[in-house]
Amino acid sequence: MATVDKEMAIDCCLLAGRLMMEAGAETYRVEDTMERMAETQKLSATHSFVTPTGIIFTPGSPHHTKLIRIKSRTTDLEKVALVNDVSRKLSAQEYTLEEAYARLQAIEKANVMFPLWLQIISAAIASGCFLILFEGIWSDVPIAIFAGGVGFIIATLMQELTKVSFFAEFIAALTVGLMSFGAIHVGLGTELDKIIIGSVMPLVPGLLITNAVRDLMAGHFVSGLSKGAEAFLTAFAIGAGVAFVLSF
Amino acid sequence: MTWVIQAILSFLAATGFGIIFNAPRKMLFYCGFVGMTGWLVYSVANELSGDAMQASFLGAFAVAIVAHIFARRFRTPMIIFSVAGIIPLVPGGMAYNAMRHTVENDYITAISFASRAFMVSGAIAMGLVFAEVIIQLVFRSAARRKKTTIT
Repeated sequence: MATVDKEMAIDCCLLAGRLMMEAGAETYRVEDTMERMAETQKLSATHSFVTPTGIIFTPGSPHHTKLIRIKSRTTDLEKVALVNDVSRKLSAQEYTLEEAYARLQAIEKANVMFPLWLQIISAAIASGCFLILFEGIWSDVPIAIFAGGVGFIIATLMQELTKVSFFAEFIAALTVGLMSFGAIHVGLGTELDKIIIGSVMPLVPGLLITNAVRDLMAGHFVSGLSKGAEAFLTAFAIGAGVAFVLSF
Repeated sequence: MTWVIQAILSFLAATGFGIIFNAPRKMLFYCGFVGMTGWLVYSVANELSGDAMQASFLGAFAVAIVAHIFARRFRTPMIIFSVAGIIPLVPGGMAYNAMRHTVENDYITAISFASRAFMVSGAIAMGLVFAEVIIQLVFRSAARRKKTTIT
């Protein structure tokens, strides 16, 4: 195979790795996918080192080691599934390298997220469900639904405005706390604790926690610890937002 | 409260999280199913033993086992199913109580809630790890058996 093809194969591996990492996949899965893809392209002795903020990929001589920076991380499980599918088909030789690369570029450009209104409604409904699951009372459900939905909107909007996710979560938790407190004060709700716990649930960093645990036990201590730190900071931001309201 | 209502609500909540995390459309039903299994196992265990730690361990274990089975069946990453299922088990209430008592300067109660929340998260992690190891052992022995029958 010509050198040009190998360069393309390397770029293809890196693109797949970056897409998966940006969509919130586990580190060991990203490494595994990249190495599998490299293997099908007859690249021998490859090594990849994946962290939540950057990927280093060595395809072995005579090729150069490449580094790619991961700037933003969101949660987009469908993208993880799509990239995984491309790597599977490349390994099974259903796709040629060119097809796979084109497909990955299409995935990078495509926006496969659910519409925002649907996400808000699901966050609101999930908040209401959690209120009952945590032994709240049915008359509090409307407030939890409302507070959960508004909290999620605020978190999304602030995230886009400020790009600092901890600040966004702090403000969202603060709003949830204020709204629940206001509802109790007016006489609409009864149990402040349950309402706040239910409505704050959509903000909880569940993916980060699961990922951190799975990375740590797969032996990826750098990514596991950094994801754990991110999860802890997010949880702390939520806690601080709620505590701010409670302290008055 | 009846189990049917709990099952429906946990299914809805897990599906909602599937939508927030943008799980593939076809898999949303299974995300909800995983969440429901995890929550039902958790609440039954909680009712029987009254120990949130044991219940969380068993819940996380159930979530991970079912998520692994779906992942093998649909050939997708396991994380798609496990994330939505784990969320209801996260000790949000205990963490909230810890925070609340800290704010009210009642540090003794706060620390007891915080350590319980910490232990429960540890139990969830252990549940995930155990399920992973067991699934790997089962599938490895199954694969070996298949190989020997072919040759």
